[in-house]
Order: sequence, then C-alpha cells, then structure tokens
Amino acid sequence: MADAPNHQSLIHALGADLAPVRRLRPPLWRALGWTLLLTAMAALLVWHYGLTPMLTRWRGAPDLAWAGVGAVLTALVAGWVAFSLGVPGRPVSRAWLVLPPALLWIGASGVGCLRSWVAPDTVVATMAGARGCLEFILAFSLPLSAVLVVWLRRAYPLRPVLTAAMIGVASAAGSASLLEICHEFDAAATDLAVHALAVGLVIGVNALCGGRLLRPRRPVGGM
Amino acid sequence: MSAILTNALVIGVDGGLASYQDAVRAVDDSSLSDNQQADLRRAAWMAAAQTGDRVAYERVLGESVGLVRAVARRQGVPADLLDDVVQETLITIHRVRHTYDPARSYHAWLSAIASRRAIDSLRQSGRRGRRELHEPLAVEQHADERQANDAAEQSERAAALRAAIATLPPGQREAVEQLGLHEHTLAEASALTGRSTGALKVNLHRALKALRNRLHGEH
Repeated sequence: MADAPNHQSLIHALGADLAPVRRLRPPLWRALGWTLLLTAMAALLVWHYGLTPMLTRWRGAPDLAWAGVGAVLTALVAGWVAFSLGVPGRPVSRAWLVLPPALLWIGASGVGCLRSWVAPDTVVATMAGARGCLEFILAFSLPLSAVLVVWLRRAYPLRPVLTAAMIGVASAAGSASLLEICHEFDAAATDLAVHALAVGLVIGVNALCGGRLLRPRRPVGGM
Repeated sequence: MSAILTNALVIGVDGGLASYQDAVRAVDDSSLSDNQQADLRRAAWMAAAQTGDRVAYERVLGESVGLVRAVARRQGVPADLLDDVVQETLITIHRVRHTYDPARSYHAWLSAIASRRAIDSLRQSGRRGRRELHEPLAVEQHADERQANDAAEQSERAAALRAAIATLPPGQREAVEQLGLHEHTLAEASALTGRSTGALKVNLHRALKALRNRLHGEH
C-alpha cells in the first residue's frame, strides 16, 4: 500500500470513468451456447438427410461411430477450453483436456483404414468424393470459427494464438461431426488424408488469423 | 467488516449478490487465512465495481497496486519499470473488468493480467533498448553546441524536441501533440482522439518522462 499514492491520480481517473458493465457469462454457459448451435445445425442436416444411413454405417462399422463420438466430444471440449482461455486466471493446462477425445477421434478414424471390408451403405471415396469432404469441412468450419471468434471478442484471452487454435479444433471437429451425418464414404486412407488436411488447414488458419483478431489491444495506444 | 457490509448494499441484481453473500459468510469464518480474507474482500469490491460502485472500485485498485508490483517483481521486471507495469495493469483491469467472475479468486484474475503486462513490458523494454543504442551520442552532440547564437540554439532545441517527439510511440505522441503542442483541454483531446482522459493523462506522463530522458539523459 505504500506505493499506492504514486498511482492515486490514475486510480481516481479510472474511477471517474467507471460505468456499470455486463459481466461475461462463465465459460460453461457459453460452451452450452456452442453446443446448442452445433445441435441445431446437426438437426437441420438430420432433417435433410435422415438418420438411417448414418446408423446403418455405424452398425456395420462401430469404429466409424467411435470416430463420430470422438469428433463431437472434441468439438465440445475445445469450445469450452477456448471460452475458458478467454478469461484471465483460468488454468492454461485445460487445453490438454482436448487430447483424449481428439485421440479417440483420430484413432478410431485411423482404425477404419485397417478394416478389410467396406462399411454398409458407403463406398470408398474417389478423389472427387474426397474433395467434397474437404469442401464440406472448410465450408462449415468458416462460419463456426467466425461465431466462436465473435463470441470471444468480448473476452480477454491472454494467450490469443492458443485460444484461436482451440477455436480451430472446435470448429474443425464440429464440421467433421456434422459431416458424419451425410458422409457417404468409408474411412479409406485417401478420405482420411483429406479430412486431416481440412482439419489442419482450419486449425492453422485460425491460429494465424484468429490469433490476431483475438489479440488484446494495448490499453494505451503507445508503448 | 463494516465496510464490506456497506458494500453489500450497493451490489446490484446483476448476479453479484449471491456470491457476495457467500463471501461475507466466508469472511466471518475465522479459519480463513488473512490472504484468503483479503481476496474475498477484493472480490466483493470488484463485484460492486462491476455494478458502478466507484468507492469500491478505487479501493480494490488501490489494494491491487502492491499485488501487481509483487507479480511484476517475480517476473523479473526491473525497479524502474514497475510503475509502468502497474499503470498498464490498472488500465487493463479497467478495460476488462467485465471478465471478472466474483465467484472466483480476484487474486488469480489480477495476477494473470499483471503477469502478462509484466512480460509485455520486458519485451518492449528489450526492443526499445536495442533501438536506442546510439541515442546517447546524439544527445551529447546537441549538448555541446554552446557557441551558437540564441536563435540558432532555440531552433536546434525545437528540432531536437520535434525529433524526440517523433520517436515516441503513437499513443504518447498523440497525447503530447494534443495536450502539449495544440494546448487542447483533456476533454477536447479525448473527443478528438477517442481515448479516455485517463489514458491521455497516462500517455502524457510517460511521454514527458521519455522526453526528459532523451533530451537530458535523466534516469
């Protein structure tokens, strides 16, 4: 407290500038909003494509179901972690929580390549088909990433690049989850490679651009 | 304790009341350490500040100064930069006070912000140090020009001042130009630049300090 008088004039100036603020909702609440958004988009796709093809594929090849569950969990956990990183004082180590569902997603997808039969109601992806997957993931990731960036603009991420990378993981995994509903191709190596490329692109672009968008502006224009 | 209870009355309905009451109950608990009680008290003040309580806000900022200095020292910030880190942190707190959740530790929230500001300050001072390596030579040369007549000397001083102002970071340069050179009032400068009066004051203060250092070699 002995040092406080040196800063008293600034404290008074800030006090004079004080206005009531709307408190940022806790990360869990905002993650719930993220979950509802993904659910609404999934409901629209199910309404359009129906659930039967997906369930038939899953019954025939359970690894596809596990990959889908892993993708959904990755999307939800990464979203929650991104919101957590937007609040000063929350542990950065939470970012590691994305790892287990991501391993399930990646691992189960990889197992699909080792199967010697093609899952029912699907075909092996041609290059054109795989390109469709790439376009789907990129097309859905863009608005999902934008929504997360907008939701995080009011927050204050002290690690903007890591936060943006989490946004990338969340939106890429979210897109992959949605793709599962209307995915006509089995987990062949080409298809998986294209998925990996799409997910990597989404995460990389988010880390690059999202990090800048989320970077806290200097409180005072200089220094 | 009475000050805390007084603050309970000014906390609005914006979600702060329940956590504040919890805090008051906890403060009554003698099993808590002094640090924990202080943290709860500051949490309650910050919750009140979020609803617009200026008294609580100035109290919590006043008590934050020592905490920020401690965090900055731990990060290795040298003594001459501590005040800058404190001011940057106080202004950051002001900008992001809506991100504080009164149900959680104020100390953890503040420390995270102060730590980031301390790291930024260390990086910037490192960069500035590299940029200004040759400046002392330039200042010495100006100091030796004693033989010039008054008009020429004044002109040179003005040129040196302009050059020094030009090297200031944008925010500081803006404050000097608006408040010092154009002699605008704080309110006018604030309206012209879109910056708060507090930010302008801080920038002017820093700019003057930097100019003194550059023109007279003060430390």
